[in-house]
Amino acid sequence: MQHRYIPMTETDKKEMLDTIGISSTDDLFADIPEKVRFQGELDVKPAKDEHELTKELTQLAAKNVHTKSHVSFLGAGVYDHYMPSVVDHMISRSEFYTAYTPYQPEISQGELQAIFEFQTMICELTGMDVANSSMYDGGTALAEAVNLSAAQTKKSKVLVSKAIHPESMDVIKTYTAGPNVEVVEIDIKDGLTDLDHLKAELDENTASVVVQYPNFYGQMEPLKDVQEIVGQQKKTMSIVSSNPLALGYLTPPGEFGVDIVVGDTQVFGIPAQFGGPHCGYFATNKKLMRKVPGRLVGQTVDEEGRRGFVLTLQAREQHIRRDKATSNICSNQALNALATSVFLSVIGKRGIKEMATKNMKKARYAKKALENAGFEVLYSNRFFNEFVVKLDQDIKNVNNQLNDRGFIGGFDLGKVDESFKNHMLVAVTEIRSKEEIDQFVKELGDIHG
Amino acid sequence: MAKEKDFPLIFEMSKEGRKGYQLPELDVPDVDLDADFEEDYIRKEAPELPEVSELQIVRHYTALSNRNHGIDSGFYPLGSCTMKYNPKINEEIVRLPGFSFVHPYQDEETVQGAMELMYDLQTSLENITGMHKFTLQSAAGAQGEWAGLMMIRAYHEANGDTERTEVIVPDSAHGTNPASAAVAGFKAVTVKTNDRGLVDLDDLKRVVSEKTAALMLTNPNTLGLFEEEILEMAEVVHGAGGRLYYDGANLNAIMGYARPGDMGFDVVHLNLHKTFTGPHGGGGPGSGPVGVSEEMAKFLPKPVLTKEDDQFTFDYDRPDSIGRIKPYYGNFGINVRAYTYIRSMGPDGLKQVSENAVLNANYMMRRLQGEFELPFDQHCKHEFVISGKKQKKLGVRTLDMAKRLLDFGFHPPTIYFPLNVEEAMMAEPTETESKETLDEFIDALISISNEAKEDPEIVQEAPHTTVVSRMDETLAARKPVLRYEKE
Repeated sequence: MQHRYIPMTETDKKEMLDTIGISSTDDLFADIPEKVRFQGELDVKPAKDEHELTKELTQLAAKNVHTKSHVSFLGAGVYDHYMPSVVDHMISRSEFYTAYTPYQPEISQGELQAIFEFQTMICELTGMDVANSSMYDGGTALAEAVNLSAAQTKKSKVLVSKAIHPESMDVIKTYTAGPNVEVVEIDIKDGLTDLDHLKAELDENTASVVVQYPNFYGQMEPLKDVQEIVGQQKKTMSIVSSNPLALGYLTPPGEFGVDIVVGDTQVFGIPAQFGGPHCGYFATNKKLMRKVPGRLVGQTVDEEGRRGFVLTLQAREQHIRRDKATSNICSNQALNALATSVFLSVIGKRGIKEMATKNMKKARYAKKALENAGFEVLYSNRFFNEFVVKLDQDIKNVNNQLNDRGFIGGFDLGKVDESFKNHMLVAVTEIRSKEEIDQFVKELGDIHG
Repeated sequence: MAKEKDFPLIFEMSKEGRKGYQLPELDVPDVDLDADFEEDYIRKEAPELPEVSELQIVRHYTALSNRNHGIDSGFYPLGSCTMKYNPKINEEIVRLPGFSFVHPYQDEETVQGAMELMYDLQTSLENITGMHKFTLQSAAGAQGEWAGLMMIRAYHEANGDTERTEVIVPDSAHGTNPASAAVAGFKAVTVKTNDRGLVDLDDLKRVVSEKTAALMLTNPNTLGLFEEEILEMAEVVHGAGGRLYYDGANLNAIMGYARPGDMGFDVVHLNLHKTFTGPHGGGGPGSGPVGVSEEMAKFLPKPVLTKEDDQFTFDYDRPDSIGRIKPYYGNFGINVRAYTYIRSMGPDGLKQVSENAVLNANYMMRRLQGEFELPFDQHCKHEFVISGKKQKKLGVRTLDMAKRLLDFGFHPPTIYFPLNVEEAMMAEPTETESKETLDEFIDALISISNEAKEDPEIVQEAPHTTVVSRMDETLAARKPVLRYEKE
């Protein structure tokens, strides 16, 4: 049976076989040794036509609870935000999504310029000089930054705050195994990186210090104080992982003199998609420009002097430097970087602050409402859009009941650390209405009893 | 500063006071946020993001898309990248709210549909490759390579075998292979290609030693040729205590004909954005699942997706795991598309894919053979490499011919790769292209070769019809301008 994705007719096939000078396509596979030739049929499900398959997969998708069916207060690194329609429409332009890495600049100016605009926007948000064309996600971007710091300083120890995303911590541990970098975890005190512990661990063998701003628990790390400590070791680098939306309100890490800023732009128009693909960003100062992993787009001119864009400084990359490359990364998240650029064009210079502060204001309203209902909320008021609530029962159980009432509850912090048993990390974004927040607090009160 | 003839940047369209967004109203009491934060932590200067209207945004990005060539625009025979048609149904399925708007930390009970899809995809990939167990966690091929090598490292260490520091890579390998070996803490050692374009078995025997951790191999290799001595190679490497790693970039050639698992490979990565219609997204996101043999399964990244009594769970209790390689569970959105594709093709369809991909490549190769030098004259698999050596003697380089192809509306093949062929042009037509398209491309390339003889300047100065001409790449690298600065 001929498949709709394969255009070859019997006549075509015959003509082509004649040109090749063979009688059957089997001849083309004769070089596969008999012993490894696969006999029989692959054990995958039989093909379904377009209509039947759509029906089946629509039913499968309908088995999942999602943020359009339930009201979500779940964040912990992946957030439910404003999704302007234009974002998906623009990334659905097939000239973008069916292209590959822009190796031929003359027919890839669209993609190249879009990445150049993305790099600019990331620099603007983070206060850094240089940003690359994107990384897989915030977690791997952070791990790459850690390895870069070890290679750059030729030192083998990194101090990583326990208040970063726990999965980023896990990824760092896996990534540092290759170059044999020691990861020292810095304790948490009152929801923030314990600066005394940081001071005690910092020594001349420290390649870098890693904190998250705002951190996993929603709290704003005092970057100025962290920088002051890092500065005590001349060569030690500072790496900050940052929710870029928070930088609409908070002073960008670049202004504190941070060396590398990374994070994830999922907050800018990218759906949660069960955890990926999202979009990592990677920004540094000028000094590290030639050490950055991944693709960089630069501005230049064509033969007529017209402005244009190309992939540049490729001597860092695997396809040129092979085993001497700064990273093995090849493909990135270009389409999601495009989504980010479209989103940031939508939200603009003023909107970014409005969006950030609406998150903060709604989160503060929710916090107060929970406190008024008798719940204990931990830590200071210097938080972004997430905070920790203490309950007196198992969070999994609470979330199951919330699910039945139409809500996706917050993150179960007990999964990260036993001492956080019965603690929930609650995220409140700009799209949560007062009514939704009030109802959530009421339901939580009911469940809590 | 932008000149009149320059295509505008979104920043250059910005006008103070214009906006393209509408956020929900603040329906809670306003509070003074600044009271909670020290002065130093409150942003003083707004980031210079554009201030544009919604229609301006739509026109800007639509115009940019018109300055870009995708598979939907025309033929894209970029070797080793498998630029095949990206089915529209995939895009529709992935946008179902039950896939698109699911949070990775929802209770497992509420995401069984997503987990079922992942499990079924894993199982399908296991069957297609003949491997024991797959993980979907790795984000791309390069990450899969690195993760696979980390598992091989863990395997050797578990055997108390700590002196295995070398990974053998053919001289024709993708650049990611040696780079991934280095990132995983190994030294990359090169094995030569023989005059038939295959790994030189004698050279392999020479470089293999008690230090060998693994051999990384693409089969068919980057010359598009099947490594016929694969079983002998496996014996040499396994005999020395090393493992065999399969770079699945070229799987599109052999589905239903041969399986890496049956060739003796211990670890395999696949590029779902290549063989399984990703799409490529202008450079990503991709997805690079890794499959392993039974004895390697305990080293898989965690969590591992398991099924018990029709209930799906993520197993974190994996003491021998190399750990987590990526937050959450991989690029689910790409995996949904790949799954949709596999279900659209079925077992017959997948075999037809490889049959036609190989037929198309051989047809192109034979028709171009007279005009271009063919370094390895034998049947190829899904791609082939020709050399522009003859044309170079006339002063026309492969780069020039590639640029000239742009004037005919084609994306050129991969050029100057693999590194062991002079003036290389590596073309992969894929199975989704019609004979008419192949003929048009072949005719164009032959006419360009004729131009090289009769009117070389037209090739040397190409392209002539694109929105920009050749770019000054030296300037870009020497004086890097990596961002826009407001005047």
